[in-house]
Amino acid sequence: MQYDVIIIGAGASGLTAALNAKKNGAKVAVIAKTLPTHSQTVQAQGGINAVLYEDDDSVEQHIEDTYKGSYNISNKRNIEYMCKNAKDTILWLDSIGVPFNRNKNDKIAQRKFGGTKKIRTCYSSDYTGLKIVHTLYDQCISNDIQFYNEHQVLELIVSNNECFGCIAYDIVDGKVKEFMSKSTILATGGYAGIYKNHTTNSLSTTADGIAIAFKAGADLSNMEFVQFHPTTLENTNILISESARGEGGLLLDENENRFIDELSTRDEISREIFKKIVKKEKVYLDLRHIEKEKIEELIPQEMRLASEFSNIDISKELLPITPAAHYSMGGIKTDINTNTSIKSLYACGECAQTDIHGANRLGGNSLLEIVTFGKIAGINATKNLSTETINQETINKYINQNKSKIKTLLQRDKSSYSIHKTKNTLGDLMFKKAGLFREEETLLSLSKELEALEASLDSIHIDDKSSIYNKNLLEYFELENSICVSKTLIFSAMKRKESRGSHYREDFNKANKLYEKPSILTYKNDQIDLNFEDIK
Amino acid sequence: MKLKINRLSTATNDFKTFEFTVSQENLLKALEEIKTNDDPTLTYRCGCKSGVCGSCTVRVNGVEKLACRTNIKEGDLVEPLKNSRVIKDLVVDVSHETLLIKKTNIGIKESASKNISQADVLKIDTQSNCILCNACYSSCPVYEVNKEFLGPFALTKALRYENDLKSQDEEIINSVQANGIWDCTLCSACTFVCPQGIDPKMDIMQLQNISSQKGYTNPYMNNFDNSMGFDSFDSNDFGFNPNGGF
Ligand SMILES: Cc1cc2nc3c(=O)[nH]c(=O)nc-3n(C[C@H](O)[C@H](O)[C@H](O)COP(=O)(O)OP(=O)(O)OC[C@H]3O[C@@H](n4cnc5c(N)ncnc54)[C@H](O)[C@@H]3O)c2cc1C
Ligand code: SF4
Ligand code: SF4
Ligand code: FES
Repeated sequence: MQYDVIIIGAGASGLTAALNAKKNGAKVAVIAKTLPTHSQTVQAQGGINAVLYEDDDSVEQHIEDTYKGSYNISNKRNIEYMCKNAKDTILWLDSIGVPFNRNKNDKIAQRKFGGTKKIRTCYSSDYTGLKIVHTLYDQCISNDIQFYNEHQVLELIVSNNECFGCIAYDIVDGKVKEFMSKSTILATGGYAGIYKNHTTNSLSTTADGIAIAFKAGADLSNMEFVQFHPTTLENTNILISESARGEGGLLLDENENRFIDELSTRDEISREIFKKIVKKEKVYLDLRHIEKEKIEELIPQEMRLASEFSNIDISKELLPITPAAHYSMGGIKTDINTNTSIKSLYACGECAQTDIHGANRLGGNSLLEIVTFGKIAGINATKNLSTETINQETINKYINQNKSKIKTLLQRDKSSYSIHKTKNTLGDLMFKKAGLFREEETLLSLSKELEALEASLDSIHIDDKSSIYNKNLLEYFELENSICVSKTLIFSAMKRKESRGSHYREDFNKANKLYEKPSILTYKNDQIDLNFEDIK
Repeated sequence: MKLKINRLSTATNDFKTFEFTVSQENLLKALEEIKTNDDPTLTYRCGCKSGVCGSCTVRVNGVEKLACRTNIKEGDLVEPLKNSRVIKDLVVDVSHETLLIKKTNIGIKESASKNISQADVLKIDTQSNCILCNACYSSCPVYEVNKEFLGPFALTKALRYENDLKSQDEEIINSVQANGIWDCTLCSACTFVCPQGIDPKMDIMQLQNISSQKGYTNPYMNNFDNSMGFDSFDSNDFGFNPNGGF
């Protein structure tokens, strides 16, 4: 199958890229391991940032807040581009049918999010991400965009540092297929999901795209920066939106005393909460003092989530909470045009590191980023269609390698290693040793433990032998990718000997000017290398 | 606690009931527990674990539920959705989604932003909360006899765009006439199972009403006694009232 542009991933970034590439006349296909409406973007509740009306806010202020949030390691020009275009981005989403709430003057309504004093976040009730994805998907359907759903991409086809497409595994019928393209866009989402059982992320967010790109030779950047969200439900890690604190929710310790300013930044609050949890103390979100009507009007989804998943009525009871991995600031290194270090390979959305969020992302800036850069990727990938070709022999080599890998996996003898237990172990270890607090010693021991986990991959048994919807095989690939990305995270966390934003080193508990730079990871000839590079 | 799961055996192509012992009350967690401890091959879809991605829908004791939002009781029986080909265990083919949505001609042709009010937004708020979970599709008796039926979620979506001031599409109403609004028996099964509190039956009745106003007629009308009031919006003679009973 030959396309002009293939897009891997069908969250808001992938769907936006697809629509824009198609609009530019390209022959487009979207490949995703889930269905588009099952992508993680549907989980975004709070909203999407933009300065729409400059009466009390300004684009400059948005740029400044984002830059400050990044702890000075972002690219002001990239941020400026995103913020300047934010209004148009919202108006575009609005024009294709995203039903943004309106205020009394029939203007698009906005709410307040952390990290800024301004009211800047546009929303569609409690379901901003859901409504954005479904609207984009409806547009894709009416524009006849070709979807290959439930196709897990295993590898990029790269020759002489140029990407020619990818190899995917058709989950439904077990076939290995090649998708050839002049341009390839990765929009596979982030990697906070590797903290399994300690994350707000979707169960299918397993860092695939980043691992695949890295193995193909693409540079990664800022992998050490993972944002933890302070308020997720104990036991399930379902997110209780920042709006809860925004509307006056308090954080209480076991003795029902406040211990922190609830409106400090996410990383600070998370760390303070976690210190208590490590000591086996409980921490609660208290909304009892807010009138029930107000709760029902402003945060109805949070009320439902607390009641359904924790069996708690937030208008009457304290809600036990815990911090969890939420968002990954790092990813595949790109420039403002979404180019990666591999020719004809683009990346956008949470899998990309576009020098916007640096060491910490502001709430509401991610949806803005994924739509803004999804559009750039779609357009740019169509403009720069490569004329290079690759011979059939190389393609066959890729196909055969993957087929034989799968065959070998399925033939393996039974062993004591289990995919699911290993996934859980990985999540627990990462949370414990490369979570909210890090230090040389624990990172080193984690690194050893990870080596052992990686070695166990060689003997993990695939229980399901069938070629029909073999989830075990997919889970194996996901585990492989999660381990690969965990390694890059630990490696970067060890090298950054300072504390900055979400990256907190107990042995270097202050920011250090020397490290006021993004980290760049390269992988060549089986060697990982890391450099801190100035922003260009 | 014992949990029963009806699974399609690919070898014999029939369903077998398996019984597992689980400690988790939440159904999705119980499935994960089985996968980790008893049978790694157990296959189901899941994603958000919080009720918004619509991927984990199954039937529990015959009623469509999101696994991640359901607590189980001793002896509950879990089965895949109805009206779709079962691919494996609890996974069914959902490729009909695209076809059905496509047929309704929805989707705003990129228009200039129109000034709308919060009241206009609220008109489409409930319908645009649909998570495409297929619970309604599985529960609908019409699909058992007619696979071409546009059905609850597609028609709800049609209404959502029909009621959107920014859409000026005349095509939508025309598209929902054949195998659409008039084929619904207004039985309310869809309304009963929707996890998002959407009332597709009421949406279909609204579409019937709009159609009548635009001069379309119910093709089955002459087969019915007029007193059944098939096109009358507020008739309570048939179907069931979603606000009463439960
Ligand atoms: C609970 C929650 C609430 C949030 N709230 C907000 C908010 O209010 N505001 C905000 O700005 N941000 C929010 N975020 C962050 C934001 O939602 C994410 O950053 C964003 O959704 C990422 O979108 P994406 O398009 O990059 O990827 P995703 O939506 O994660 O989609 C990834 C896609 O890639 C596909 N894929 C992955 N691997 C493969 C593979 N190997 N082969 C093929 N396909 C693959 C998947 O199937 C999927 O389609 C929230 C995040 C969470 C988890
Ligand atoms: S009310 Fe109509 S659409 Fe809903 S289940 Fe009954 S027949 Fe199907
Ligand atoms: S209308 Fe309700 S039941 Fe039907 S797909 Fe949408 S959310 Fe699910
Ligand atoms: S896992 Fe997303 S709805 Fe249940």
